[in-house]
Amino acid sequence: MSSNVITVPVGQTDAKPWVDELHQWLTTVDHKRLGILYIVSALLFLVIGGFEALIIRIQLMHSHNNFVSPEVFNRMFTMHGTTMIFFVAMPVLFGFANYLVPLMIGARDMAFPRLNAFSFWLSFLGGLLLYFSFFGGSGLYGAGSAPDVGWWSYAPLGARAFSPGHSSDYWTLALLVSGFGSIGTAINIIATILCLRCPGMKLSRMPLLAWLNLVMAGMVLLAITPLSAAQIMLLIDRYLGGHFFDTQAGGSAVLWMHFFWIFGHPEVYILIIPCFAFMSEIIPVFSRKPIFGYPVMVAATVCIAFVSMSVWAHHMFTIGMNSYANSFFTITTMVVGIPTGIKIFNWIGTMWGGRIQFKTAMLFSIAFLFQFLIAGLTGIMMAASPFDWQLSLSYFVVAHFHYVIVGGILFALFAAFYYWYPKMTGRMLSEPLGQWHFWLFLIGFHLTFDLMHIPGILGMPRRIYTYEPGRGWDTLNLLVTIGAFIQAIAILVFVANLIISYFKGAEAGNDPWDAWTLEWSTSSPPPAYNFATVPTVASRRPLWDLKHPEDPDSRYE
Amino acid sequence: MLKRKSSTLRFFVQAILLPFWSTIAVWASKPKGSSAHGTNIFAPSSTPAKSISDLSVFVLAITGIIFAVVFTLLIYSVVKFRARATDSGREPAQVYGSTQIELAWTIIPILIVVVLFLATARVIHAVEDAPEPVGAVQVIAIGHQYWWEFRYPKLGIVTANELHIPVSDPSHPTPTFLQLLSADTDHSFWVPELAGKTDLIPNHPNRMWMDPQTTGIFLGQCAQYCGVQHAKMLLRVSVDEPEDFAAWARAQQKPAVEDADAIAGRRVFERNACMNCHRVDGTSADGHFGPDLTHLMSRATIAAGAAENTHDNLRLWIQDPSAIKPGSLMPAMKLSDADLDAVVSYMETLH
Amino acid sequence: MSAATTSLPNPATAWELPSRGKVAMAGLIIAESAIFTIFVVAYLFYLGKSITGPTPREVLEAPIFYTICLLSSSLTIHLAAKSLERDYRRLFLCLWLLTIALGGLFLYGTAQEWHRLIYERGLTISTNLFGTTYYSLVGLHGFHVTAGLIMLSLVAIFGFMGRVGVSQSDRVAVLAMYWHFVDAVWVVVFTVVYVLGR
Repeated sequence: MSSNVITVPVGQTDAKPWVDELHQWLTTVDHKRLGILYIVSALLFLVIGGFEALIIRIQLMHSHNNFVSPEVFNRMFTMHGTTMIFFVAMPVLFGFANYLVPLMIGARDMAFPRLNAFSFWLSFLGGLLLYFSFFGGSGLYGAGSAPDVGWWSYAPLGARAFSPGHSSDYWTLALLVSGFGSIGTAINIIATILCLRCPGMKLSRMPLLAWLNLVMAGMVLLAITPLSAAQIMLLIDRYLGGHFFDTQAGGSAVLWMHFFWIFGHPEVYILIIPCFAFMSEIIPVFSRKPIFGYPVMVAATVCIAFVSMSVWAHHMFTIGMNSYANSFFTITTMVVGIPTGIKIFNWIGTMWGGRIQFKTAMLFSIAFLFQFLIAGLTGIMMAASPFDWQLSLSYFVVAHFHYVIVGGILFALFAAFYYWYPKMTGRMLSEPLGQWHFWLFLIGFHLTFDLMHIPGILGMPRRIYTYEPGRGWDTLNLLVTIGAFIQAIAILVFVANLIISYFKGAEAGNDPWDAWTLEWSTSSPPPAYNFATVPTVASRRPLWDLKHPEDPDSRYE
Repeated sequence: MLKRKSSTLRFFVQAILLPFWSTIAVWASKPKGSSAHGTNIFAPSSTPAKSISDLSVFVLAITGIIFAVVFTLLIYSVVKFRARATDSGREPAQVYGSTQIELAWTIIPILIVVVLFLATARVIHAVEDAPEPVGAVQVIAIGHQYWWEFRYPKLGIVTANELHIPVSDPSHPTPTFLQLLSADTDHSFWVPELAGKTDLIPNHPNRMWMDPQTTGIFLGQCAQYCGVQHAKMLLRVSVDEPEDFAAWARAQQKPAVEDADAIAGRRVFERNACMNCHRVDGTSADGHFGPDLTHLMSRATIAAGAAENTHDNLRLWIQDPSAIKPGSLMPAMKLSDADLDAVVSYMETLH
Repeated sequence: MSAATTSLPNPATAWELPSRGKVAMAGLIIAESAIFTIFVVAYLFYLGKSITGPTPREVLEAPIFYTICLLSSSLTIHLAAKSLERDYRRLFLCLWLLTIALGGLFLYGTAQEWHRLIYERGLTISTNLFGTTYYSLVGLHGFHVTAGLIMLSLVAIFGFMGRVGVSQSDRVAVLAMYWHFVDAVWVVVFTVVYVLGR
């Protein structure tokens, strides 16, 4: 067997001047480097978005606080939401997809490396445009700054009449530009998975991460584009005198809501499905068993993708749809919980009968299961539209979606970091620091987001820069804020771990976790060409077959 | 190993934390010594809120059972199937799946969804499609940035921010039906103890109803982000005994009090731009952009609940609205002190 | 570290996967279809809801001739792609140029119609809901035709430089897919605007 790495004689790689290194990074088309660029830029925006969250939480610490003015507060929650969804969550997930998909299907790169680079830089440009609004938003009348219309920019609040200056325009353009980047990446992922799999890797033998990113990419094509269309319509309204959402001319504010949520709901599944992929790769390895019910996991994901395109108006239960429409969206929203629940059961089924190793990646995965279960159940509560007539637009919803995004997506991402950092850098992340990160973040997360449900039940609406005393919201908000600071400290520990381990971490070797998918068959980090010879596979776990020739998976599939 | 123990410890800690959070919640939620009702969705005083609350408890019970079952399975698997030093590196049995188990945990959730949906559909229909009885009080609520306009078309009343409605006796109900409109952007009418929220959307009239069964003051506020002062678009609903409501309505129907002592202030009001935005019934002031001031003194608060209706607050508000509600659409009129005092005295006669 | 290689059950079976250009273009077409769907939905939703101004019935004239031009260009591009597969380079170039001409004629027709609507009938994008939705939908389509014509012209230039032959026929086929999509969208837009909408 030939080695998977072509060795270079010592002495031929001289240290490069930093300008050359920078130039290489800026012009790279290598999926692994682009993946890292996506991830690092997402981490930068995570810190910025985190600061925005802390400002919000300090302002809401007690009633009638004036840490920031109402104008600044409204910009903070708008920027926090927009940043986290579009410039943290989507890029970091695209980054992991970029890095892992070619490696896991035995390919040398993505199908269109230059499109890949173009898509990344479009996405990054979008982020820069959004933050430029702080400087450029004022326009001729000095009337704007960063956008302050909420991350949905409901009509007619986003119209010229209610949002003078350019703040809304930067919001619109930033999302339009990065949306095109997302579409490019999605096309690339689909073409890569369908056209570049190594010999023997039928679709039914692909790692679940590849399957789930394929489904996610398909959803991006169908979900991001309605938002792009709505953004174009908004620009036509704001600049060409159009009346798409101009209620004075007979236009409909509700139409914007439909278009936005036709994007908005599938979007959150676009965010969670790659995290399901991480769980489906990590939990089996640390349970020492294959994923329970591979075909069902694929089918459930496809089901989720289809059904999730039919639930969007559960974000609009309070806008006065008739009882038939409300009932329809109630049943579809409840139905989409079924394949989602099935996935949770399958992950537990994977752990069942296993030999579970509690490495940091697995701790985050187990916490994911616990928290995603709760988040899904609060979602079912809100699916019952009359219950939602009370809970919608309150802090209960804010608690619910942060439970999914932080308790679900971010925890899964942390697991993915601890699992694949060794592959990407050749070094192990520190387990002791990882434990500190995990426990601090867990405590802070639960302090904040468990308690946050209660003010919602007690009538606290969202997007308010202050609130009245005597409603029973004060103490709860204070505790929520304390939890936010604990999470911030945990994030600092995580960033410290990333940096320190890069220089001082233990050497990882090719396969530190004794795993089974193709990325672990090459060096850490992989060479630019990924594999010296393109592998051929005969089962879903090619490395298991190699390590256990007496009992290969190929015998059972 | 410390890691194994710490993970089982974690789950026990979380199980203990649950009652801890609940205790904090109960303790923190008691409204502090106010005579008004609170804003707790589980303390309903009206049929729509009560139907919602009952359904919600049912949903909570079912989701609670689901949580208990899955959580138990999760903890059990984490504890029972953890790697032990005695394993000596052997891999466990490689199980790929089980069609029977998959069927079981597909069918049971489907049944749960059917039950939940049927229970929910009943309440949707009961609340949304409730017919309007003959004796109902009709109110048109119009949302503005950042205040509420209330019109009672059959009674000929126009007021702002504080809604008065009669208590409804279940044996012969007198519910209040509201038509919800908006003059500018989206708002949402939310008084949790009286009903679920319904949005006020321009060019999209909505309808809601409530039949409060206890008297008192009910609080709420706008729930759909509508701009800078969304947070200060508060709601105050006074549920009155039928006689009190009738008395209030009669007083509201009268034109503005004409107090000879306040004539100077009235001239200031009419000469400045005040009458462009505000209406005072019986005078030449007939503006519609701002709240109707005919019976300003019948209200407990000003600026949609942003401040108590006191002499000092009223003076401050007229002098410089941004001192109380920065971003509010009422401009600072830059009146001289003399004019300011005169117009405040005039306002204070408008009972 | 050994490579992850296990022998295939049947080494003689060729491992054939779809062409990445076609898959990518299919993905792009799906995404663009979603964008057009939203504009069509807005158009249909706002039919009859304009408060003022000219109605479709009053001002629209179905551009039959220019529609025939555009739809024929699908036939010519199909024939062009087919002739390139057989390396008939001159025939390919003629049919390709004919496609561009027909597409250009269609754009000219749109420009003419818009000129008439704006200057003779007073319908602009800001006149009323009909104006907004009409110009947006037809304009979005026209934009895609323009982008397509630019791509087609680039290929024509390469063709004149002698660089387009049978080994480029796959890429040309991918571009033809896009052109067919643009024509299919016109069928939908025409039906919605000039048939259903009146």
